[in-house]
Amino acid sequence: MAQPKRKHSKARRNSRRANYGLTAPTLATCPRCHQLMKPHHVCPTCGHYDGKEIVEIKEI
Amino acid sequence: MRHNVGGRKFRRTTPHRKALLKNLAIALITHERIETTVAKAKELRRIVERMITLGKRGDLAARRRAFSILRHEPSVAKLFTTFADRYKARNGGYTRIIKFRKRKGDGADLSFIELVDRAIKEKKKKKTEAKEEKKD
Repeated sequence: MAQPKRKHSKARRNSRRANYGLTAPTLATCPRCHQLMKPHHVCPTCGHYDGKEIVEIKEI
Repeated sequence: MRHNVGGRKFRRTTPHRKALLKNLAIALITHERIETTVAKAKELRRIVERMITLGKRGDLAARRRAFSILRHEPSVAKLFTTFADRYKARNGGYTRIIKFRKRKGDGADLSFIELVDRAIKEKKKKKTEAKEEKKD
């Protein structure tokens, strides 16, 4: 069976991993409660979307 | 060429997929708002919009075609009475998909799909109010 001829250098290994990073999610501010929310989604804090209540948020 | 117009397969066999969409369609027609994944909601929209259009046509052929897909007489009856009347003035766009959250467990995107102009029931509020009244 074929075998690697050379051990990969740290630079090679690290440059491969250079693209492994996470990306930050795109977030919007809720027009009603001014908390961060996903754009085009029901606000997880106040349960509203497009000015209407979609779900009731239970208070803890 | 009619490429890429087939819709989603959901990794199911044809009868499995048909049954899934049939069940979702009946649920949506009955409850007027259901929670499901975004992909299923988008696929369901195609079916339900077509069913409502059949309901608006109102003839026997349309009724039989709707029944052949839904196989559920109460839903077909609702299509041809309540919805035919409610959506008389609307040309398509009877459904609304509202993206909601990610499902715990598999991280699927969940959404609500609802019929526009639906009659809103105040059931949940009544329950909490009843609880508060009990506390007092």
